[in-house]
Amino acid sequence: MKIYRSHVLVCGGTGCTSSGSKQIQEELAKNLKKYGLEDEVQIVQTGCFGLCAIGPIVVVYPEGSYYSHVKPEDVEEIVSEHLLKGRIVTRLLADERVGDEVKPLEEVDFYKKQKRVALRNCGVINPENIDEYIAMDGYTALNKVLTEMTPEDVIDIIKRSGLRGRGGGGFPTGLKWDFAHKAVGDKKYVCCNADEGDPGAFMDRSVLEGDPHSVIEAMAIAAYAIGADEGYIYVRAEYPIAVDRLKIAIAQAEEYGLLGEDILGTGFNFKLSIRLGAGAFVCGEETALMTSIEGNRGEPRPRPPFPANKGLFQKPTILNNVETYANITSIINNGPEWFASMGTERSKGTKVFALGGKIQNTGLVEIPMGTTLREIVEEIGGGVPSGKKFKAAQTGGPSGGCIPAEHLDVPIDYDNLIEIGSMMGSGGLIVMDEDTCMVDIAKFFLEFTVDESCGKCTPCRVGTRRMLEILTKITKGQATMADLDKLEELCEHLKSNSLCALGQTAPNPVISTLRYFRDEYIAHIVDKKCPAGVCKDLLQYKIDPAKCKGCTLCSKVCPAGAITGTVKEPHKIDPEKCLKCGACMEKCKFGAIYKE
Amino acid sequence: MKKSFADLMEIRNKTLNRVNLRVDREEGIRIVVGMATCGIAAGARPVLKAFSEEVSKRELQGVTVAQTGCIGMCRLEPIVEVTVPGEEKVTYVHMTPEKAARVVAEHIVNKQPVAEYTIGAAE
Ligand SMILES: Cc1cc2nc3c(=O)[nH]c(=O)nc-3n(C[C@H](O)[C@H](O)[C@H](O)COP(=O)(O)O)c2cc1C
Repeated sequence: MKIYRSHVLVCGGTGCTSSGSKQIQEELAKNLKKYGLEDEVQIVQTGCFGLCAIGPIVVVYPEGSYYSHVKPEDVEEIVSEHLLKGRIVTRLLADERVGDEVKPLEEVDFYKKQKRVALRNCGVINPENIDEYIAMDGYTALNKVLTEMTPEDVIDIIKRSGLRGRGGGGFPTGLKWDFAHKAVGDKKYVCCNADEGDPGAFMDRSVLEGDPHSVIEAMAIAAYAIGADEGYIYVRAEYPIAVDRLKIAIAQAEEYGLLGEDILGTGFNFKLSIRLGAGAFVCGEETALMTSIEGNRGEPRPRPPFPANKGLFQKPTILNNVETYANITSIINNGPEWFASMGTERSKGTKVFALGGKIQNTGLVEIPMGTTLREIVEEIGGGVPSGKKFKAAQTGGPSGGCIPAEHLDVPIDYDNLIEIGSMMGSGGLIVMDEDTCMVDIAKFFLEFTVDESCGKCTPCRVGTRRMLEILTKITKGQATMADLDKLEELCEHLKSNSLCALGQTAPNPVISTLRYFRDEYIAHIVDKKCPAGVCKDLLQYKIDPAKCKGCTLCSKVCPAGAITGTVKEPHKIDPEKCLKCGACMEKCKFGAIYKE
Repeated sequence: MKKSFADLMEIRNKTLNRVNLRVDREEGIRIVVGMATCGIAAGARPVLKAFSEEVSKRELQGVTVAQTGCIGMCRLEPIVEVTVPGEEKVTYVHMTPEKAARVVAEHIVNKQPVAEYTIGAAE
């Protein structure tokens, strides 16, 4: 096998691909040829490094130089300077460096507080090459399980590790496997939930794109533990790169006999297939997901019976999330005590979060459970940009809630998040600054659930719609305090009467914003004001006559012709004509235009 | 082809060097070739290539071949520095591809620096 003296890792995750990493790869190949380096330097396409905001990212080893915002025209310089002459192109290095000194990746602030377990291979190996996965101890856990352990041993280890489901609910994984193991059936199934429907979440996509074999190996282990011989990965069709890499990985594993019949000569059989989801949020719910795999319309069914007894095709089934699986092989290889040594009393290990919203370093982070929100936002995330104030963080997507600044120091784990009115969810974390209106945010999530409600049960189908109507009234300044009471009543009704967790948790964004930001709701209802200046119907743009110099610029940019006035005299905005687009405020050189 | 666990271990060992380069940066043996203009003019490129090829041919584990800028003694170029963990750095001067092959065989594999190529011998 050929050994290269230098490796150039190019991120091939969805984020960097859309910012042009494919072109970077082509340009690299061209230049390596031009400088005669193609036999010495290897280009490796990897999964996500986590720092999507500064992509495309290129990392050169052995130096570990971390180049950010790389453009095709920068590539020749990297090749001719760094790869040929060994001179690091400092102007392209990611910000965090001291002078010319390159800091190893692990020491960059963004990575310092992180602990990579589920993401251990992402950005390190080529996900389309099974040999590289094997070099990182891939498939040793499967071999160990098949040759040295009984199914009961495996379940015991997973139980002792304290691993809980990463898909949102946080159900103990070992216990789930135990139920399915004990269930009686001539046929059992193992499924993987890669539907990832929360807006803003992309943890599972990144694991599949960066390290698909870690999920495949773990599913084989799970199958052995519960006595299944067939499995499905349910992944949304909007993840084409993840789907491609999964297909390649499954084909490679089959070729090596790591999937299929008589795996590793042990007599164990496991067949794995992919099913594409069409992107309905409800299909992430376990019973709807199984109904969808069966070829029917993706609607939830009542539980019990639970999937462990009657799941896919009415057979005992386990369903776990992508990230849950991505932890399994490390637990087998390093032992349950190692895993349980990370995290808090009741939440062990690490959690991957997709950081988004008003934060400097948007991207993917993996932190030990028990890290505080403040550490994530301020240290790893680099804080809120443009000197704005942190207002709240949203976790748990449409089923979750908003965490206000007063709870920034709460250690993040399943139970603490529920206590403060949110939930872990699958790991989306959206940061909001002072310019965010909390009623508007609640409305945003309700719009989502109205669209995504499958319609099977009335509380969810009709209830979410009525809630959205009330929220819309509030943001338009047309609601009364009686509407607020009705809204709260609806929240309770949906929670206790919906068929599945989609409807049961749909009120959470409203409940949590009411809990912490009730005064904002009241300001909309009573004072007819939006304190954050977001809700257009409650806004008025005005000109301060003391500051206006009569330059006429605002009247020229106004698309509605709402601004009038003569040169050198203070201008006026006609509220009837004003569209509230804000163009005038942006253009005014004297800060004379304000909104209230 | 279907693999046994022994086959997997063989794949692992063969591929290890490839991925190790990206994981442990500071450990292992480092061969650093001076590749500034002076080095390149004196023929450092073929030397660098020869080192890469030797390491690759012998499937040596934990050896990195890297380049650096001007080491400061241009008249002695091509200059190559070899660092074996726990031992003093050895600087070779006036290197050629043939000499590179010998350094890999004697110094890297058999742990015996080639005294006659070192800077001490040249001075
Ligand atoms: C409306 C709805 C959407 C869901 N979407 C997802 C999803 O996208 N991914 C996921 O892993 N779990 C999702 N879940 C949770 C699953 O029902 C299930 O609990 C989870 O996949 C179990 O895996 P775990 O124990 O490994 O977390 C969703 C639940 C509901 C109610």
